[in-house]
Amino acid sequence: MTDATTVLTGDGQPAGPGQRDSYLNHGKGVLSWLFTLDHKRIGIMYLAVILASFFLGGVFAMFIRTELLTPGQTIMTADTYNKMFTLHGAVMIFLFIIPGIPATLGNFVLPLMLGAKDVALPRLNLASFWLWLIGASVAVASIIIGAVDTGWTFYTPYSTTTGTAVVAMTLGAFILGFSSIFTGLNFIVTIHKMRPEGMTWFRMPLFLWGIYSTAIIQVLATPVLGITLLLLIAERTLGVGIFDPALGGDPVLYQHFFWFYSHPAVYIMILPAMAIMSEVISVFSGKHIFGYRFIAWSSIAIALLSFLVWGHHMFTSGQSSLTNMIFSALTFSVAIPSAVKVFNWLATMYKGSIRLAAPMLYALSFLFLFAIGGLTGLFLGSLSTDIHLHDTYFVVAHFHYVMFGGTVIAFLAGIHYWWPKIFGRMYSERWAQVSALLIFVGFNLTFFTQFVMGSHGMPRRYYNYLERFTAYHQASTVGSFILMIGFLIMAGYLLHSLVRGERAPANPWGGATLEWETASPPPYFNFEHEMQAGDPYDLDALSWDPSIKGYVRRDPSSVLAAPRGAD
Amino acid sequence: MTALNFVGLLLARIAMGPDPDDGSFWMPPQVSTVARSVDWLFNFILAISVFFFILIVVVMVVFVIKYRRREGQQAQSSPSHNTALEITWTVIPVIIVIVIFFFGFKGYLDMATPPANAYEILVEGQKWKWSFNYPNGYVDENLHVPVDRPVRLVMSSADVIHSLYVPAFRIKQDVVPGRYTKVWFEATEPGEYDLFCAEYCGTSHSDMLAHVIVHPPGEFEIWLEKASNFLETMTPVDAGRKLFQVRGCQQCHSMDGSAKTGPTMLGVFGRTENMADGGTITVDENYIRESILEPNARVVAGFEPVMPTYQGRLKDAEIMAIIEYLKAPAGASQEE
Repeated sequence: MTDATTVLTGDGQPAGPGQRDSYLNHGKGVLSWLFTLDHKRIGIMYLAVILASFFLGGVFAMFIRTELLTPGQTIMTADTYNKMFTLHGAVMIFLFIIPGIPATLGNFVLPLMLGAKDVALPRLNLASFWLWLIGASVAVASIIIGAVDTGWTFYTPYSTTTGTAVVAMTLGAFILGFSSIFTGLNFIVTIHKMRPEGMTWFRMPLFLWGIYSTAIIQVLATPVLGITLLLLIAERTLGVGIFDPALGGDPVLYQHFFWFYSHPAVYIMILPAMAIMSEVISVFSGKHIFGYRFIAWSSIAIALLSFLVWGHHMFTSGQSSLTNMIFSALTFSVAIPSAVKVFNWLATMYKGSIRLAAPMLYALSFLFLFAIGGLTGLFLGSLSTDIHLHDTYFVVAHFHYVMFGGTVIAFLAGIHYWWPKIFGRMYSERWAQVSALLIFVGFNLTFFTQFVMGSHGMPRRYYNYLERFTAYHQASTVGSFILMIGFLIMAGYLLHSLVRGERAPANPWGGATLEWETASPPPYFNFEHEMQAGDPYDLDALSWDPSIKGYVRRDPSSVLAAPRGAD
Repeated sequence: MTALNFVGLLLARIAMGPDPDDGSFWMPPQVSTVARSVDWLFNFILAISVFFFILIVVVMVVFVIKYRRREGQQAQSSPSHNTALEITWTVIPVIIVIVIFFFGFKGYLDMATPPANAYEILVEGQKWKWSFNYPNGYVDENLHVPVDRPVRLVMSSADVIHSLYVPAFRIKQDVVPGRYTKVWFEATEPGEYDLFCAEYCGTSHSDMLAHVIVHPPGEFEIWLEKASNFLETMTPVDAGRKLFQVRGCQQCHSMDGSAKTGPTMLGVFGRTENMADGGTITVDENYIRESILEPNARVVAGFEPVMPTYQGRLKDAEIMAIIEYLKAPAGASQEE
């Protein structure tokens, strides 16, 4: 590909004479973005709003941790605190982490990996983004009209009787659910119909397997959340007795409905993270991924098993011992495919040529943190230990190790991996290392302490706490400030990169998947030729070209569908 | 980096002094018959977890150091899959989780199956208060139990879902409105332990605490008899104050003049109140009695009709004591 040797200028400047066309300068003005059908621009817009949501959720988190510096009142009242942890959870889950990787990196990278011009249904893609905006606006409006104090789980009958803006928040989540369904549907169709010549199912990059498995869950599970939230709204506004025992309903039924979606949703969050891991570990080890089929099948296995384990959130709810036994047994089955993936990633590094660039630092962080997150799940899947640990900080620590230590860290790996492709600019590697280290240290200090206070019996969602938990809480809060500094540094060097970053070559890391075959940033039409796919992990097909500080294919014609050769 | 965690934890432990709750590094003290088996399983899983965690991190670190990229050096060739190896590391975790599942289920069955001769205490949760109802009808705000005797709690909620949690006993059970849930335990050490509400229930969720008092052999019955006779042994005002605190009144009715969910009871007797339906009323014995038994019949203006009835939950003598307490001058009500 000669694009790699072209001087790249696409950074939002209008494409004047001599400037190369890129999706960033193809069309100008706000409307050319808001109504674009280009998957790349939709991905960028998603990235902007999702990072804004992450910032908002992070601000709530800092308020929570600051309040918990001392028992009793530190900076806010109990009611405000209860709203803070609800908003932190709801914003992080519904606005940030569920759409997170698929809607941003998935949208940007998936068609490129297929060598395609766009997703199969570009209008549906734009509709998904707009639904996200509407849903997010409704949810954020609920904060203005009184916020919500139910916890992000909206358990009945508390949620049907509290005086806060539950209807607005749940309506927002309902609309966001449709956004998620549209994205999932689009990706399923795209992967089924638009794979290039040579890309059989088992020659797809593993990122696509992960996104595909995620999409299956999005499409099958999210409607259940929609129905549940509608029933909740019906009960609150019309007094229809479904969940509230005072109206003849059953509050535990709500928990079944809610977790029937929300447990699979946990895998909507982690599967795309695992998908990124498979790409980054392979490329930065300079080696073919180890055990491709096991990794691919484990994604599908996780997607299917995820539907069968929701009852493990309810071991103390009063459901029967038999039910508890079945759900405990099924829950352990999900541990297996996750373990298999971790071992395969480790094996990929064996005899590799490992580069500790920022994406790999995050990938190694992921292995460390996800190992803790996954292993502590064993304590919670096991019945007798879960009874003690349920609804304590042990659970809080566990899911933060999985969701933050897993998903967010992998998201950061993915951002740093594809950043040069997306914006055509490199970032400061040194500052990236500093922030990766701060985030790693801050994260562990924040959440590892929570395991210990949790197993000592500190319940979650507590505004006030017993004196003896003070030191744990303070250590955790100190950690959260370190974490925050890490993220602020990241925001700094990434923004700096957008303006001043060194121009990125087409293939800075030596990845063999098709997105690296086009320029950075990609042209509006993605590829100048029809592409064909080979082995996505055949990294030996690439060699380092010091003149462009990037990798080039030894045989460029190997990925071109038509035998036209390089131009 | 784990070193940093442990430095943090170590500092935390030093700041608190050793063993803040007389437990181990991970767990609170073991004070029930099931605690030992729960902790055994916890430590078993911990050992497995530490083993695998160290395995993963050591392999990772060794690979990163050993196979670090060097100038002009490519990855060495090695197989991109090995079915026997991959099946091995699939099957080993399967076996391990089956073992963990088995012990977890076995331990849980013991927790879920109360012995036939268990001493039964009725528990009611309401925002943000626990009430423990003893077989003789006495109600207390703390859970008093005899040592070395199985105790079964039959629990219900007056409003939203709560969850009764005693870390020292390793038991937890949600308390759900509209149904009865049950939990049992046998305490093994006399002493005083914490009882938490573990299911989020609103404003004062984190203050919905109680104590579990485990009485030494023979002393529980003496305590219960003495406590149950408070109507006889205490003055009506003191008995009324106790009832006002124990039975959940003060959760909504302050004694300092501030309005909470309900009007303040400071100087309520003889006060003239505007009613929600427009009339006025001068608070006397009959109105207080009515408000306890049929709370929403006549509601003071500005408040929601949300108080649950105490019909059948308070005896006549108890209602009389509460009335005497509310009649007493403010000084008498601020002693505690």
